[in-house]
Amino acid sequence: MSTATNTKKRPPLPGHHMVLGETEKLRLDSGVEFGPFTLAYQTYGELNADKSNAILVCHALTGDQYVADDVHPITGKAGWWSEIVGPGKIIDTDKYFVICSNVIGGCLGSTGPKDVNPETGKPWGLDFPVITIADMVRAQTMLIDALGIDMLFAVIGGSMGGMQVLEWCKSYPERVYAAAPIATSFRHSAQNIAFHEVGRQAVMADPDWCGGNYLLEGKKPSRGLAVARMTAHITYLSQPALHRKFGRKLQNRGAITYSFDNDFQIESYLRHQGKSFVDRFDANSYLYITRAMDYFDLSLEYDGRLAEAFQGCKTRFCVVSFSSDWCFTTAESRIVAHALNAASCNVSCVEIESDKGHDAFLLDEPDFHMVLSGFIEGAAEGRGLK
Amino acid sequence: MSNGADVPAHSDRIRVDLQLIADMIDPGTRVLDIGCGDGELLGYLTRTKKVDGRGLELSNEGVRNCVAQGLPVMQGDADRDLGDYPDGAFDYAILSQTLQATQRPKEVLSELLRIGKQAIVSFPNFGHWRARFDLMFRGRMPQNPNLPIMWYETPNIHFCTVLDFVALCEEMNLTIERSMVLNESGSKLSLGSQTRFSNFLGNQALFMLSK
Repeated sequence: MSTATNTKKRPPLPGHHMVLGETEKLRLDSGVEFGPFTLAYQTYGELNADKSNAILVCHALTGDQYVADDVHPITGKAGWWSEIVGPGKIIDTDKYFVICSNVIGGCLGSTGPKDVNPETGKPWGLDFPVITIADMVRAQTMLIDALGIDMLFAVIGGSMGGMQVLEWCKSYPERVYAAAPIATSFRHSAQNIAFHEVGRQAVMADPDWCGGNYLLEGKKPSRGLAVARMTAHITYLSQPALHRKFGRKLQNRGAITYSFDNDFQIESYLRHQGKSFVDRFDANSYLYITRAMDYFDLSLEYDGRLAEAFQGCKTRFCVVSFSSDWCFTTAESRIVAHALNAASCNVSCVEIESDKGHDAFLLDEPDFHMVLSGFIEGAAEGRGLK
Repeated sequence: MSNGADVPAHSDRIRVDLQLIADMIDPGTRVLDIGCGDGELLGYLTRTKKVDGRGLELSNEGVRNCVAQGLPVMQGDADRDLGDYPDGAFDYAILSQTLQATQRPKEVLSELLRIGKQAIVSFPNFGHWRARFDLMFRGRMPQNPNLPIMWYETPNIHFCTVLDFVALCEEMNLTIERSMVLNESGSKLSLGSQTRFSNFLGNQALFMLSK
């Protein structure tokens, strides 16, 4: 058993857990040699005989490995992409072997800051090494190796999941046949970093955060994390979508109360979002994963010439953006698509008309589903998958 | 391979003028279709000629329909987005019925021949007798079934005649590999090599160019 799964407080979550980095450690971008560590993952469907039908789905900041479970072990709701992944669905688990792993640094079974540091016997807290998107992907490659898969048929993900998709294609192009980076970018914008910083400061300003040692102190920075989530949640929606859903409607009352109670439905909704988030997410994990996104810039090592990151890449790409997404705009997606073009890659680039903002990739968007489905089926034909 | 599950049952018949373009293309080549619409030509070339085809299309709807058929298509326009493609990336760059709608047709033409070894270009011919008739006798801008939109609404802003186009190719030192004119329904007209006749009788013109 790894150190990571030895924590006392946590009942084991359902699904697979693989201990990796025992013989050869995971080399992090920060220079730290890390391991052994655990990746928690889910699989759906069957791996075919020549191991050519595997699709890796990468989750977003607050997502997890339970992409297509009927009942999430913590929230009790359906998995975050159960609209898309499942038997007979767009990512058809009757046809493909779908893998989704909780990122390293996460808090749903993969080793993260709430786990016990074997050197101290205490939770890592802020002693946990800083993780990058490339580190997440490097950890995933160890898992894919362990599953005996050389080439993934597809790597698909939205938002931070899309960052991982792009990182896969830059660092391991020969291992990815098709890639769908959705509602994402090759770098985190200043505005996105700014919102993340607001969220982190909210967590750190909560006295119950205890300098990151809240687990040792038996506390939980729930208020800070809830505020972080409330702020972030606004950025995932759009002005028209918010207005359509809530307008200025009042919450269970006929008139304003001349107080700071949650008079408006939108306030009540955000409070609920914040409150339910803290039940399933670790505050320090939130700090680490937001940081990983902030540090992401695929063009950095090429002095900004993004096309060089994809030189010689044979992967088929489908870059998707949503018209009302102001976190990861179509303009950003187009930069990615143009760079792929300049590198002579096979790329489709589609903007989906939607007023649902960044979260549109998680929602019922028929045009998006049509595009993704066509892309996957076209790629499957190219790969010779029936 | 062809007509796989991703391609909705196509009868492999395409618009007559697109068929003429398709006939110019060797199997297994690399093709960029600029202004590919719903992917009619691109899909046909992919299925029947096994080309490595890419598309560029201005309308979101067109792009969506193409990608949903499994065709690799980008949203973009000929004036703005050709600069990203590397030199000689394609064997053919196709610009069908789009040149007249570009802001800078000359630059677009030179981009086509930077990206593609050969360019295939088609456009409505304003030297056609009916266009001349409209201007001379009706005193109105030409309108016909292929150009149904009024002057104040048309996206077509750079009209030319076959002779104008030939003159531009000469000025740019481009080689005209093949040329033909089509009638109203897009079928090829057999007029011999007299450009003046073609210019008078051709409703549309189709050129294959190289540098």
